[in-house]
Amino acid sequence: MNRMQQSVESTQAIAESDAIAVERTLAGDRDAYRVLVERHSHTVFRLAYRMTGNRHDAEEVVQEAFLRGYQKLGQFAARSNFGTWVYRIAANYAIDRMRQRQKEEARREAPRAEDRDGMENDPLNRVKDEAPTPERLTQSIELRKQMEQALAALSEAERTAFVMRHWEGCGIEEIAEVLKSSSNATKNTVFRAVQKLRRALQPFVETKAQARAMGTES
Amino acid sequence: MKHMTEEELIAFREGVAEQRAVISEHLAACEACRGELKRIQAVLAALDTLPVPDPGADYGRRVWREIAPRLAEKPVRWWQVWMQPRRLAAAGAVVALIIVAFVAGRITKRGNTGDNVANKEQVRERVLVVAVGEHLGHSERMLVELSNAAPNNPAQKEINISAEQRRAEDLLEENRLYRQTALQEGDAGLASVLDELERVLLDVAHSPEEVTPVQLEAIQKKIEGRGILFKVRVVNKGLQQRQEATKPAPAQNESTKRERNKV
Repeated sequence: MNRMQQSVESTQAIAESDAIAVERTLAGDRDAYRVLVERHSHTVFRLAYRMTGNRHDAEEVVQEAFLRGYQKLGQFAARSNFGTWVYRIAANYAIDRMRQRQKEEARREAPRAEDRDGMENDPLNRVKDEAPTPERLTQSIELRKQMEQALAALSEAERTAFVMRHWEGCGIEEIAEVLKSSSNATKNTVFRAVQKLRRALQPFVETKAQARAMGTES
Repeated sequence: MKHMTEEELIAFREGVAEQRAVISEHLAACEACRGELKRIQAVLAALDTLPVPDPGADYGRRVWREIAPRLAEKPVRWWQVWMQPRRLAAAGAVVALIIVAFVAGRITKRGNTGDNVANKEQVRERVLVVAVGEHLGHSERMLVELSNAAPNNPAQKEINISAEQRRAEDLLEENRLYRQTALQEGDAGLASVLDELERVLLDVAHSPEEVTPVQLEAIQKKIEGRGILFKVRVVNKGLQQRQEATKPAPAQNESTKRERNKV
């Protein structure tokens, strides 16, 4: 059995097992919902973190998505996939959270939390065989700061479209449903997001590539 | 040679291009477009290095621990949602409105033939005006309460707005029906205010049950920023005037007629 076939079969098995857990929850077995929460929390967290850009909000989105999922479980069509469904609830709530956060930040004019996860998450520190020289470290921190700022500068729809398409590999139809938009408009949103990110980041990415070529990076 | 646009290259890179084969063929032959695609890819590759923190192997269990005490004993099925008393009340109010409008139409039909159509329209408008006026009054009260909500003490971290949320949910259903009716009746001004009100109600209905003072302030700013309370008051006032204007003239009883005949 090849890996692809195994993966398809395991996805089917999870969907079937999810459907049973949903039915049991609806029949009054509250603990059955626990299976669904434990199974899908990581995936929902990843989406929420990429959309909101910070851990605190991401955790709030995850909890709220599962709470809303439970409250609306009666409306969940048995033929659908629970994972996709709760994922969509999370994306919708993350959009609300981003809007709220933007307004709060605009009011407070607080400095951006660039250092929210500290040095341990520096992208370059994850590359084991390259020792972080001071120049390289500075450039990495700067690039990361720029990337976070560029993502934060996207509109909620652009960020959602980019995260769901580029990082999560969602279909355009699925994203369109979350954005309450048409397929063509959604494709356009993906394009606008990438274009804006490119405009904001290309100079930094090129500087880094040049530095690498000149050997100022180890 | 005509080069690919940035849009086509991004669509190609993100797997949403419609003419994938055509772009692919062009890229094989065009160095400039390959270079452009490489630059796009370099930016995306840099973004891919942004890490997502690992919430830990026991994260699912932690989420369950957090939400379990907030879950009801049993989730409701879709048809049970419509059987909840508050939903039944909202649906009942709308059904009553339709019946009243229908009966009013029938009664005026039987009346004097000359003003028949005009009367029917008048009664229908009057029913809508009264019902919408009442709905706006309820919405205004809920929004005023929410605008005035505040933590009981400075140390309070969360404020419960679940009561306002439930009211907003109920009002939302009514609001949709009234907005559609206003549109059908050609009352664009009323439909527009109801549309704005719907957005605010939607925001309130979708807020968390427990909000932090900062979140509450954000909701209050949103209500204030849209000036919805003012608009609701103005429209309601206008509706009251319309209500007065559409009030039927007092019926002429026999003695009045006799008095007039004497002259």
